[in-house]
Amino acid sequence: MGANLFRNLSFFSATLSFFLLVGIFAVLFTYAQQSMQEFGFDFLLTEEWEADEDDEGGIFGGYIPIIGTLLSTLIAMTIATPLAMGIAIFLTEIAHDKIVKPFSIAIELLAAIPSIIYGMWGLFYFAPIVQLTIGGNGVGLLTAGIVLAIMVIPYMAAITRDSMNTTPDVLKESAYAMGATKFEVIKDVVMPYSKGGIIGSIILSLGRALGETMAVAFLIGSIMSIPKSITDPTTSIPVLLANNFAEAQDLEISSMYYLALILFVVSFAIISVAKFYFLGRNK
Amino acid sequence: MTLRTILTATVAASVAFTAVNAADLKGRGASFPGPVYKAWTSEYFAATGHKVNYTPTGSGDGIKSIKKRMVDFAGSDKPLKADKLVKAKLYMFPSVIGSIVLSYNIEGVKDGELKLSRAAVDAIFTGKATHWDDALITKNNAGLKLPHEPITTVVRADKSGTTFNFTYFLNKINPDFKVSKKPTWKASKVIAGKSNSGVSANIQQIKNSIGYIEYSYKIKLGLPAAQIENKEGLFINPTVASFQDAAKYATWTADNDFYAVIGDPAGATSYPIVAATFILLPTEKTEMNKKVTAFIDWAYTHGDKAATELGYVPLPASTKDEIRKYWEAKKIK
Repeated sequence: MGANLFRNLSFFSATLSFFLLVGIFAVLFTYAQQSMQEFGFDFLLTEEWEADEDDEGGIFGGYIPIIGTLLSTLIAMTIATPLAMGIAIFLTEIAHDKIVKPFSIAIELLAAIPSIIYGMWGLFYFAPIVQLTIGGNGVGLLTAGIVLAIMVIPYMAAITRDSMNTTPDVLKESAYAMGATKFEVIKDVVMPYSKGGIIGSIILSLGRALGETMAVAFLIGSIMSIPKSITDPTTSIPVLLANNFAEAQDLEISSMYYLALILFVVSFAIISVAKFYFLGRNK
Repeated sequence: MTLRTILTATVAASVAFTAVNAADLKGRGASFPGPVYKAWTSEYFAATGHKVNYTPTGSGDGIKSIKKRMVDFAGSDKPLKADKLVKAKLYMFPSVIGSIVLSYNIEGVKDGELKLSRAAVDAIFTGKATHWDDALITKNNAGLKLPHEPITTVVRADKSGTTFNFTYFLNKINPDFKVSKKPTWKASKVIAGKSNSGVSANIQQIKNSIGYIEYSYKIKLGLPAAQIENKEGLFINPTVASFQDAAKYATWTADNDFYAVIGDPAGATSYPIVAATFILLPTEKTEMNKKVTAFIDWAYTHGDKAATELGYVPLPASTKDEIRKYWEAKKIK
């Protein structure tokens, strides 16, 4: 009886997540209909986003926020991936036992900081530094990308560290016994063994970077324009949604659902491709 | 056992609280008058025991909510034209006057030192002037050392009644500039912030920037603001006195539900970028409207001091009387 109940409960939980996914997709798709019929696939390549004077129509296009989302995520991942790998390798293979614990706790605490705090810190402290050293306005694509990187590093590092820790000591010791250097052990034993976990950590971080709203809203400049240099301000999908949702009506709201749908599909596609391609081949 | 008692008490309390809340007046909309409405509602509660909840979500949201009858009254910085009011079955009247200042962050230039002519304001926000030492700006600022640095204009990221009123002023200087709650800015370097506080934060952080914000944010954050050339060609500092002078030139009549955009008024001592903010009421809810007008009437009578302290300008007495007559005519007083 008890076992049966437990079985049903866990089955319910598992299917619930599936139905939530389908439900969210259906809602986004339905609300986006008006905009999809109006703009079709041209929406993806239109650079304007301007409502009519009476808020009842206008021209809306997703090109700039889509580009902004992809670029800021790309910058973040380019910075975060090598750093996170370095942290994980240091903690699992190089660091002395005594310092592993405080370092690990510090990284886990970084992951617990709410994103709005990263946004405020970025705007009031970090943006002036970027303006001084690299140029531009301080707020822009680069600042948003760097702060995003700092935000995802803890996730990536923590998961990678955990998966590297699962490498059996026997394997490592045999490699050392064969005369392998530390670098060789890390490259040829630890990395291949924990490949699944490493890719998983990158995918999870990618998902977080794509959808991050608050911190990016503070830092990206929220301007509908294509960045000509890396320090230029632009906008991203979640930022545009957060800034304009309260005031929008009719076609603009529908266009926002369209954008949300695109973000949903893009995240979903990246995660599925990464999962099936990398993890599937690994088996 | 204690935990359960506490939980029960909390739930009971919150249910009771919700029940009380249901009788309160609910309003939503314009964030421009947010600070003064907040002061009025708390003073009104202290004086009469009636509770009014106003959430400053933005003019567009206010219009949307009142059209769907989700709130008892709405605030909007953008007045609605007569045909729109009829279509949505709404009454409209102004509540208070506020002003928009151009706040800047230029090293060595203090509050009120920068003088911006009408041509200079236009040049900055249309991108004709790209650097602070542009001839159009330096012409009126002989005593200031303006740097050869690019101008960053800070604008609103969200649709806003403040932007509507600011672009209304730009349009008076340069008819090519479209009046809009969220225009496409043509200036060479633009950064956007969400709401007045977002714009203020950006101005504080970005060197050589300039942006438009509501006056009370300038006061609250101690930001420097420019003198602006008014219709008569004089440079006017943003002060409560110069706003009051500007407010005298507003003309309102009940015939068109007080529709008027009051920016760029006449008068030698008037500050040019002033704006009225409006209240919208659903025509069919007579009883509820009486409660709202009772609150506004109280604010007209007792709220002038609070408004002035926060940097707003109360409506002229004659306008208030007109509005009271309008309520009587519509049977909502």
